[in-house]
Amino acid sequence: MARVMGKAMRQAYGEALVELGKKYKDLVVFDADVASSTRTIMFSQAHPDRFFNVGIAEMNMAAMAAGISTTGKIPFINTFACFMVLRCADPIRSLMAYTNLNVKIAGAYAGLSDSYDGASHHAIMDIAFMRSLPNMTVLSPCDGGEAAAATEAAILHQGPVYLRLHRNETPVLTDYSREPFRIGKGKILRDGRDVSIISTGYMVHKALDAAEALEKEGISAGVVNMSTIKPLDEELVLECARKTGRIVTAEEHSVHGGLGGAVAELLARKHPVPMAFVGVQDTFAESGDYEKLLEKYGLTPGAIAGKARGLVRGK
Amino acid sequence: MALQADRKALLEGLSGKFRNTIIDTLFKIQTGHPGGSLSAVEIVTTLYFEKMRVDPKNPKWPDRDRFVLGKGHAAPILYVALAKKGFFPEKDLETLRQLGSHLQGHPCAKKTPGVELSTGPLGLGLSAAQGMALGARMDGRDFRTYVLLGDGEIQEGIVWEAAMSAAKFGLDNLTAILDYNKVQLDGTTDEIMPLGDVRAKWESFGWHVIEIDGHKVEEIADALDRAKAVKGRPTIIVARTVKGKGVSFMEGKNTWHGKPISREEYEAAKAELGGGK
Repeated sequence: MARVMGKAMRQAYGEALVELGKKYKDLVVFDADVASSTRTIMFSQAHPDRFFNVGIAEMNMAAMAAGISTTGKIPFINTFACFMVLRCADPIRSLMAYTNLNVKIAGAYAGLSDSYDGASHHAIMDIAFMRSLPNMTVLSPCDGGEAAAATEAAILHQGPVYLRLHRNETPVLTDYSREPFRIGKGKILRDGRDVSIISTGYMVHKALDAAEALEKEGISAGVVNMSTIKPLDEELVLECARKTGRIVTAEEHSVHGGLGGAVAELLARKHPVPMAFVGVQDTFAESGDYEKLLEKYGLTPGAIAGKARGLVRGK
Repeated sequence: MALQADRKALLEGLSGKFRNTIIDTLFKIQTGHPGGSLSAVEIVTTLYFEKMRVDPKNPKWPDRDRFVLGKGHAAPILYVALAKKGFFPEKDLETLRQLGSHLQGHPCAKKTPGVELSTGPLGLGLSAAQGMALGARMDGRDFRTYVLLGDGEIQEGIVWEAAMSAAKFGLDNLTAILDYNKVQLDGTTDEIMPLGDVRAKWESFGWHVIEIDGHKVEEIADALDRAKAVKGRPTIIVARTVKGKGVSFMEGKNTWHGKPISREEYEAAKAELGGGK
């Protein structure tokens, strides 16, 4: 289905920070020399006294933010998601998560969205790391509006929050003009009887496309936007499992340790049903056009529909 | 202002007492790090009992001075000082490193009153401390932030990232103290990873450097005052110390970085320390 294209998450996030900076005087923003990419450059212009560029020293940025949070500031730290999880892992785990510090961690260019830069810059392991940390909240919005709403929700939440942000423009799927983003709550975007597709981030609209294709074949597929990975909306996942008895997860992340892992861990304990996983297999991707890259690595409506069809037909 | 004779005697007396308590505690629990705790005794004592503005009854007082123990394995000296100061009962010390205790093997800010930052993984302390100093400046608060770095610790790359940024941000409300005992876990710093010209390194990063004897409380107190007077840039006090200071067979020995104390060693150590003043 043709959808209205909206702002890129990073753009919406950058604009939201500027506005939220007016509302929340304790908000401070750190960047590690990628402010024009992460769009915190807008905040740096609007609120120069509350913006700190620490240069190419991500780990120092993270530990510094941990320190300033103990004085009552609400710091957002910004770099590419891959560097956030790899370079900042120690301060994120040993300072922020361990002591439940009030730091907001914005991972830009998540998934394969920094496509041309290649596997060195892709982040398909960030969810796995972040959700293994006690006290960490993991948010994964699916469009610009949701990214902006999640940014304010992160501010209002006391404790460390990982905000997974995508690089490119995305179709508009959500409307937060009348409600706030609720941490820990997924949303049913489409009802289904035969199979449930639980998706997150940029894969949500692909899940909707898959469901539409399946409908033409007589398969009724539900679609969930799981914009909080941790804490997982267990009630909603269990409701899907009970209703359709089959679950497909779809995410722009490794099939190990991400949303699929979180859903599988829950269902294995409470309500086992047949599952299938759409994500990047146990491999590094490569440079290339973004949509072509998604296609090559199996992150398409066709791939999602194929997994769903397989479950419904008992294959 | 020079340290008055009675204050000097008090700090020396406390230092002696703290050395005894560290040895008593680590002997009792048969785990923990004696060497690096003993080298930092005078530094921590002078900070908490002479210079720092803290209120044990109100550990989260926004205007309190902050102390970050970068070298988190020296937790025993921090705990002993905090207990004496009144942040928690001194009898808690015997629960150090034991199940259910608020006194973790390495400092945990979530569990122990008075601990400002969870440390242990080396190198993060200086970065986090400059965040605290930056927060103070943004809010116009006049508290100071102190961070104690191990000399082995400054082999961590992040220390130099922070050295660069603390200078960029002109954090003159931040004072680092280097516990320069020249011994690390596997050997001397010269054997393992030579530190080179420490003064020149920090100066070239834009810091003011003061060198002192880290076991002389009057020199420590004086250096802390001088650091406070420096404007526009951070100061590091390079404190020459002896690892295991006060117990002759531990002094300068990397093997005493973290090793259980036997009964004979305990008795020998206690005889040397004289049970405190």
